Amino acid sequence: MPWDISSERSVYLQLIDIIKQKIMSGEYKPGQRMASVRELAADAAVNPNTMQRALAELERQGLLYTQRTSGRFVSEDVTLIDGIRMTGMEQKAKEFYQEMTQNGLSADEIRRLLEKAIAEAEGK
Amino acid sequence: MKEGYVLECRGLTKKYSNFTALNQLNLQLERGKIIGLVGPNGSGKTTLIKLINGLLVPTEGEVLINGIAPGPETKARVSYLPDNNYLSNWMTVTQMIDYYGDFYEDFDKQKAYEMLENLGLDAKQKFKNMSKGMKEKVQLVLVMSRDADLYCLDEPIAGVDPAARDYILRTIIANYAEGATVLISTHLIADVERILDEVVFIRNGAVVRHAAVEEIREKYESSVDALFREEYKC
Repeated sequence: MPWDISSERSVYLQLIDIIKQKIMSGEYKPGQRMASVRELAADAAVNPNTMQRALAELERQGLLYTQRTSGRFVSEDVTLIDGIRMTGMEQKAKEFYQEMTQNGLSADEIRRLLEKAIAEAEGK
Repeated sequence: MKEGYVLECRGLTKKYSNFTALNQLNLQLERGKIIGLVGPNGSGKTTLIKLINGLLVPTEGEVLINGIAPGPETKARVSYLPDNNYLSNWMTVTQMIDYYGDFYEDFDKQKAYEMLENLGLDAKQKFKNMSKGMKEKVQLVLVMSRDADLYCLDEPIAGVDPAARDYILRTIIANYAEGATVLISTHLIADVERILDEVVFIRNGAVVRHAAVEEIREKYESSVDALFREEYKC
């Protein structure tokens, strides 16, 4: 996944979201060693201090951990990763529901739309 | 770790006969930051950078690097990328690297060759056979191969295409010395704001704003570029 970052919002918050997503999607695997702050910042073309702050916050949340001598790693706690993934997806589902109702759709219509979208996506 | 500001300007003024380029400019830069020096054309960016590098002498006030006025001692700690081409056409990249290595104690030849390779440049090539964009990359490599306290980059991304711009920004991020400060002047803030800690906006030779870019994004929910366009009509 590329680092798709906008200059209109906090880069710090965007980095947290993107790295989280990379962990959720399995691009960064549990227990994998992370690149250095400089390398990650260069890769994302963002400020290294901002990258450092984002990594520290993800450590605070338990998704990353530092081993004093050997660097920074992705958490091996798969339950935690799954938990955060589900919380994130529930939030997305709520946002989707809200947007649909704001556009005047009933619960039944939303269900039908979703089922239709799923059927189309799965090529049925 | 070194203490105090890496750069301090107090009442810095520069007059060229009847034109005042810098007017009582005050500025303090901390260590370990990437800082954008932005402002419209003719606002005094290049004059300030030339004063920092001792290429101009202040009319009034002072400029201090690590607490001392520009001279051999500060030039050994400041790595400067001018806004024009200064390479001698008859030289090859290898010769230039040797030349820099002789000049600057903090120059890391191995790092220079690694960067050249990453940027896809041939060290045996002569400058006269290089395109403008290639020459700009070589100059950047020379500047970023030093282990300096302050890097002054005058318009490092002017006139390059977006792909080259990203290359240049990544090269800067990956290579500046630990704990050093990078001052990047540009009239196009949108191109660099993602890599900045702070932005210094100058107009008519004075600092009108010095702020942390993340604070601007959080407070105004806007890019620094959009905010400045609105507030300063530039």
